[in-house]
Amino acid sequence: MAEKKKKIIKTIKVDLDKCNGCRACEVICSAFHAEPKYSSNNPARSRIRMIRHPLRDIYVPVYAGEYTSAECMGRDKYIIDGKEYDECGFCRASCPSRDAFKEPDSGLPLKCDMCEDLPEGEKPLCVQWCLNDALIYEEREEEVEEDVKVEDVEIGLASLIDKYGRDKVIDIMARMAEKTKPAA
Amino acid sequence: MRYGDTGYNLEIDLTRGNVERVETDPKLTELHLGGLGTNAKLLWDRVPPETDPFAPEIPLMFSSGLLCGTPAPGANRTIITAYSPQTLLMGYSMMGGFWAPELKHAGYDKVIFRGKSPDLVYIWINNDKVEIRDASHLRGKGAVETAEIIKEELKEPNAQVAAIGLAGENRVYTASIEQGRSSASRLGLGAVMGDKGIKAIAVRGTKDIYIAKPAEFIELCNEVLKYIQYRNENPVPNVMTILQGLGSPQEMLHVDEKWHTENFMWGNSRVRRKDFWNKQIEDRWREVQLDVRKRLISCYNCPMKCGAIISVPGLSTYMMKCFSKLTYTMAAFVDDLDFGFKIAQRATEYGVDGFSTPQIMAFAFELWEAGILTDADFEGCPSDSEGKFYWLLDRIVRREGIGDILADGTYWAAKKIGKGAEDFAHNNIKKHEQLPLKLGMLNPVYFLMYATGEKINITQIEGQFPQSPFATMEERQEFISDWIQAPDEKFKQIVLDWEFRGERSNPYFPTVDMSVDIVDWQEKMHYIDDALGVCAGLSSFPLKPPYHIHNYPKIISATTGMDLDEAGLTQIYNRNRNLIRAINVRRGLRRIDENPPEDHWKRRFPELEEKLLDAYYKFKGWNNDGIPTKETLQALDLGYIAEDLEKRGIYDEEPSVKKASA
Ligand code: SF4
Ligand code: SF4
Ligand code: SF4
Repeated sequence: MAEKKKKIIKTIKVDLDKCNGCRACEVICSAFHAEPKYSSNNPARSRIRMIRHPLRDIYVPVYAGEYTSAECMGRDKYIIDGKEYDECGFCRASCPSRDAFKEPDSGLPLKCDMCEDLPEGEKPLCVQWCLNDALIYEEREEEVEEDVKVEDVEIGLASLIDKYGRDKVIDIMARMAEKTKPAA
Repeated sequence: MRYGDTGYNLEIDLTRGNVERVETDPKLTELHLGGLGTNAKLLWDRVPPETDPFAPEIPLMFSSGLLCGTPAPGANRTIITAYSPQTLLMGYSMMGGFWAPELKHAGYDKVIFRGKSPDLVYIWINNDKVEIRDASHLRGKGAVETAEIIKEELKEPNAQVAAIGLAGENRVYTASIEQGRSSASRLGLGAVMGDKGIKAIAVRGTKDIYIAKPAEFIELCNEVLKYIQYRNENPVPNVMTILQGLGSPQEMLHVDEKWHTENFMWGNSRVRRKDFWNKQIEDRWREVQLDVRKRLISCYNCPMKCGAIISVPGLSTYMMKCFSKLTYTMAAFVDDLDFGFKIAQRATEYGVDGFSTPQIMAFAFELWEAGILTDADFEGCPSDSEGKFYWLLDRIVRREGIGDILADGTYWAAKKIGKGAEDFAHNNIKKHEQLPLKLGMLNPVYFLMYATGEKINITQIEGQFPQSPFATMEERQEFISDWIQAPDEKFKQIVLDWEFRGERSNPYFPTVDMSVDIVDWQEKMHYIDDALGVCAGLSSFPLKPPYHIHNYPKIISATTGMDLDEAGLTQIYNRNRNLIRAINVRRGLRRIDENPPEDHWKRRFPELEEKLLDAYYKFKGWNNDGIPTKETLQALDLGYIAEDLEKRGIYDEEPSVKKASA
């Protein structure tokens, strides 16, 4: 059994009523994760997505969660206060059933990392740029069972395997390794 | 690699159905930045001035600004240009919302239309894939409705759609282009779009926009955001509520309309109702507004909330911003705001300008009352104030009966109607309807802006400098103490010296030279915004904005890698200002046209006004008829324009105004 460990639980409280739909959260998330940092902007790469239907007054910022290779057996649909939200409207998964949370060119899954590269004590960027306080950051300490952190690369590879099959990926990896071998 | 801009325009020939992606010359960005600047350059280069605004060769341009699609807050303006069918001059109109950044992400700085489509079409720009699609099923549909249908049929909820309604299809001169919570309303560009056979342009983009110096850039953006937050927490004291904050006038937020209803004019911009506002009206208006307003909303990447989702029971939902809740209400002399929200819904779907259109209707009813228009013109028109306006709005956008004449705006309608109707079209400059505002004492700064503005719309020219003096020295000191935006100390001194009465008050103070300086500064900021695609609400329009002449050069440099300082940016502004003036000069604009409505101020000062214009022209390097001189143009790398004006004999003309002193 895994060991118990103290862990900081990071929460972003989302207050839908306060959101003005500006998409600043998408902008800054994509710019922060650009390489080098802030060298480009593209909300399609952001790890938070505004689900917006202005005429239906639907404004839901959703954070990218885990990658999943298969979609759920069924779909959910919420009606709150008489307002019907999109199918899977609140779901965070990067899932084959939809485009959200995938890199626009490669289709690789995106996941919110809570801006882990930021210096200690700084709030995640989407929170910093949301001047309307629709996104509120909270931290608390909890005892949890430690889990193994899966690396981004591994998640990416897993999704490629799901898409193209194990053999093909291994094949290509081998070929690329050959090509990029440093000259002897 | 290009930074800030994408380096590509989309050229669409509607006659031939041809679409081309064309690389642009980076030199043009250095000379004109982008947006309005490069639009003007293309307009000058591509069409001879004699061209009719509806001629197929007129390019209708939908441009982003240089900063759109970068994380710079509020950089979301779409700048639309063509020739205005109403003024016959260059027409440019801006809209906020989400369209321009989306276009950038699709990989283009501008979409340039030429020719005319034989059938009604819409354009679908999805990154590299661009389609001209049949829109016959959208004919007659509302602008908001159209956007929804298109997103649905493309199965692309994230597409941004700019569309016209019935007014644009019917070439109504006040037709707007609507896009979500925003619209490009002024000067009839919706009519040009309709004339070209374009019902809508839908765009979706998922590409990167690059920043040259990321670390510097993001720091500047963070400063801008911090300052917005500071300003939101610290409204400017000692000025009217609507002037205290950032953004466009916060008409969706505020329910207290005492100031507007008692100071702006009712009807055909004539009647002031000084005791309109009372407790009963206040309660009713608050109830109405809070009831229909579902949410306050913003444009792309902006923390402000200038717009709102409006849902009136029984009508389809739409979005609104700024002032249109009041323009119809007041033009129609209706005392219930409920009417304003209802008729604005219909007007938004039709796609018409919320300033000009109500004035046109009030003008028509005045003509009827005066017996210049007759009962026959209004056959079938209901007699109640609300019903009348709905009825006439329907006629105008359909160009039915008297509506056909009125659809060209008050200037052209009055000319056609004759019989003294011209006196009723009293609120125009350069053939275009102005705010329904009539004042007492001439303000020299406003006189110059009204007279000379190429935008022909005061809200797109003013800003930065207070509209009236502060009462006490303490208030003046307080105002200038943190006025970091002022380009020069001399502006602070003017604020300190400016009084309500006596020698240092309107109309002789600010002095002629001071007024010219102030106007130049205000204009400069608008021209820069319109080239960068930054919302005036965060820059040129309000007092103490986050963007100003001191941080703009740094922001542009960090974005593009250009090496720009304040002098360099001022040079670009002067270039764009003179280029647009030259376009209009070539279209016939002269000093004689630079004339605010006779009744705008009760007290006029013809001699002073002449001096103001003289000094303004001189400062700009223009001759006494408002035409940029050869030397001025050459110093701005616009020698080719000087040559053209010379060839046309424009420099040898008789002055348009015979001066009293001459
Ligand atoms: S930044 Fe805040 S207000 Fe803006 S869209 Fe995101 S959550 Fe909404
Ligand atoms: S916390 Fe960071 S990574 Fe997650 S969505 Fe916000 S900005 Fe993006
Ligand atoms: S200040 Fe207002 S109008 Fe301007 S971008 Fe922001 S929300 Fe839009």
